[in-house]
Amino acid sequence: MTSINYSEKIPNNVNLSDDRTLQRALEQWQPNFLSWWGDMGPEGSHGFDVYLRTAVSVDPSGWAHFDHVKMPDYRWGIFLTPGEADRKIHFGEHKGEAAWQDVPGEHRANLRRIIVTQGDTEPASVEQQRHLGLTAPSMYDLRNLFQVNVEEGRHLWAMVYLLHRYFGRDGREEAEALLGRRSGDDDNPRILGAFNEKTPDWLAFYMFTYFTDRDGKFQLSALAESGFDPLARTTKFMLTEEAHHMFVGESGVSRVIARTAQVMNELKTDDVSKLRAAGVIDLPTIQRYINFHYSVTIDLFGADQSSNAAIFYSSGLKGRYEESKRDDDHQLNGQMYRLLDVDNGKLVEREVPMLNAMNEVLRDDYIKDSVAGVNRWNKVLEKAGIDLRLTVPHKAFNRQIGTFAGVRVSPDGRVVSEAEWAAHEREWLPSSEDRAYVASLMGRVTEPGKFANWIAPPPLGINRQPIDFEYVRFN
Amino acid sequence: MNGPVPVEVLRQHLIDPEICIRCNTCEETCPIDAITHDENNYVVRADTCNGCMACISPCPTGAIDNWRDVLKAEAYPVDEQLTWDELPVQDDALAGQGSIGEAAQGAQGASSGGAGAGTNGMTAESSAPVIGGSDLVRGSVVPPWSAAKPYVNLYNHKAPVQASVVGNYRVTDASTESDIHHIVLDFGKQPFPVLEGQSIGIIPPGTTADGRAHHARQYSIASPRDGERPGYNNLALTVKRVTKDHQGQAVGGVCSNYLCDLKKGDVVNVMGPFGSTFLMPNHADSHLLMICTGTGAAPMRAMTEYRRRRRMKGATGKLMLFFGARTQGELPYFGPLLNLPKDFIDTNLAFSRTPGQPRRYVQDAMRERAADVAALLRHDHTYIYVCGLKGMEDGVLQVLQTIAGEAGLDWQTLWQRMKTEGRLHLETY
Repeated sequence: MTSINYSEKIPNNVNLSDDRTLQRALEQWQPNFLSWWGDMGPEGSHGFDVYLRTAVSVDPSGWAHFDHVKMPDYRWGIFLTPGEADRKIHFGEHKGEAAWQDVPGEHRANLRRIIVTQGDTEPASVEQQRHLGLTAPSMYDLRNLFQVNVEEGRHLWAMVYLLHRYFGRDGREEAEALLGRRSGDDDNPRILGAFNEKTPDWLAFYMFTYFTDRDGKFQLSALAESGFDPLARTTKFMLTEEAHHMFVGESGVSRVIARTAQVMNELKTDDVSKLRAAGVIDLPTIQRYINFHYSVTIDLFGADQSSNAAIFYSSGLKGRYEESKRDDDHQLNGQMYRLLDVDNGKLVEREVPMLNAMNEVLRDDYIKDSVAGVNRWNKVLEKAGIDLRLTVPHKAFNRQIGTFAGVRVSPDGRVVSEAEWAAHEREWLPSSEDRAYVASLMGRVTEPGKFANWIAPPPLGINRQPIDFEYVRFN
Repeated sequence: MNGPVPVEVLRQHLIDPEICIRCNTCEETCPIDAITHDENNYVVRADTCNGCMACISPCPTGAIDNWRDVLKAEAYPVDEQLTWDELPVQDDALAGQGSIGEAAQGAQGASSGGAGAGTNGMTAESSAPVIGGSDLVRGSVVPPWSAAKPYVNLYNHKAPVQASVVGNYRVTDASTESDIHHIVLDFGKQPFPVLEGQSIGIIPPGTTADGRAHHARQYSIASPRDGERPGYNNLALTVKRVTKDHQGQAVGGVCSNYLCDLKKGDVVNVMGPFGSTFLMPNHADSHLLMICTGTGAAPMRAMTEYRRRRRMKGATGKLMLFFGARTQGELPYFGPLLNLPKDFIDTNLAFSRTPGQPRRYVQDAMRERAADVAALLRHDHTYIYVCGLKGMEDGVLQVLQTIAGEAGLDWQTLWQRMKTEGRLHLETY
């Protein structure tokens, strides 16, 4: 079944009306969700008509339907990609067995934990971004922010459906708790560190959607391989939406760089103070933002060695990125993986059983993907004839989780003393002055086709609409 | 004997590496594994892609919607595409001649070109030689079952046909900014068979600033198959003079200004005809629901005129037209349209900039006539045609959904059915 039933209170393609108990439970959760959205969703924007993409079916022809919609009327719901008949588990100890349509008792606690952790990131990012609408650099960007927000809301729905449908009372309680935590709250914070950081300005937002939503891509890809079929189907559909979030980040940073390069060429300078006086974001500041967001995000993959990750893999709950495209035994018995470690003040490599390094395997795939995009940003500089190149910092830089937690490592991968770290921290990570400067540029631009001075217009409009299309209607 | 060798031109599907973010959505979506990637690029295999368009709308960036007309034998191989930093430029000599994928190639000369030509830039003065066909996903890729068989691609860039101008006059009020011309071209003894809904290519004379020949522009035919003047080998176009681009910047449309300035007796180089899906049904009881704005009226005028001439020969189907323009003065063919008998065509006009009046769009007019539109939607012999600016498409589909919903019809099912039955045709630019 691919079409989505919009005549129901909760749009879905899972025949929700056939399961009255589940339907009632979700209908009770829905007002709480809407109330959370009212309190924590995009600030002061509930009345705007926004040019949003909404799925009308989960097949290619229907999942990108565009129209102006008020965000609270967005059709949040439960959309799963169509099931594959006779799907088999294709990795771990259960390899070759039929995929589970229900939760196996012995994996119940782990699955619930995976789903809750993923689900918690979705409302968290909406909370982190809620004030950004007030300083959007254009109507086009404002629309993109809102699109990201409503889809995060829908991803929350996707996880909540799984909790309600498959985890009984525990699941319902966990679903309630997802609306109870708050990003950055001292008493009841979100589960993962990066989701308690602030997203104070639009450069941070683009970095977040580039780096942190890419973590989403890799986590969801690993879950899309799951032997628990409903989770695989749910995350597969989420991935199609996630792509837009990364697009917002990648193209956003690229446009910031393009504008800076343009002004550098006009003024024939790379002097930071002159560029700041001209109202654009200098490249060293962009590099520091990259360093911060990259390092915070790679922590999201967890400790480099993890017995939990090994269990998730061998029990068929969470695969590797593109598991089915790899040509090994998909059980990894006896296979080794090289990890970085610190020994006598130096970074060294050592081998560990691959099963215990599953977090690192996913992190390394992520790193490869991230670096490729940074190289595409460099092409913008190359094209503009500017010599400087942006890079991602060393994997061990500024880490709070795993082997490198508490170890001071420079962006180029040297273990450094506390004193050297302190002396260079302002060169390596955004300082309060950097953040204050970027914040000073933030001001709302709402005229169609106009853009803030610090960012270039995009090459293409959304859905091939012109750049000056009225992406958001304010009345 | 050495006859002319037919040269197959492929409309090759490419991905713009400068815009693509390598999110993998296209590869995941492609039903026939025509898309692949390495660490550098995502690319399309020319020998596998059949132009089904499934990948187009899920792409978050628009990078996927790129096309180049190339000689089939010289299609860009995957290995080369993987090394690209940017897309190659379109070879002007081939622009506008390609057809998409294997499915279309087999029928070159009879039914090819439709998929691409159907969504090309109509009267828009696009700077890109080829505009992708992403809208096809939302409308039919097949013609009505009773449509006449079209001829396509009889003449190309290298061997165009000459037509002479036998009429050129303005059809919008002289006091308005919108300068739309009705231009009649005569082909003399040269065969140029056309059907309502098809389009032709015009090759403007001269060269671009860098000395290359201008590429052709595509225009919908505004006259019926038997000619603007019945029984003569001629056809009409509806051409708007382009003085501003979509961003409102001043530009001189190369081809539109050339056409609007033509005098009687001038000779024009023509390619085509193009289009094999946006065609009208020929069975007598078929209903036409036509929705258009501005020069999007051209195919509607062609169909209406054909039905008017055939009226005495038993055509019983209903014609319903929703036609939008900024003001009454800017609506092409306003006078003649109002003279059509009310029992022949149900005409509904919507003006968005009449001073002192609220803005009214075709969607508003459709909503007001919801009951009658719904009655047409219920009918299995109703064919819908939408033509005009890109921006109207979402709105029209949305209002059709609303009207269907209020009438107790499941729009998703109906939409799907109309698409597969060749009953929903969208041509926006």
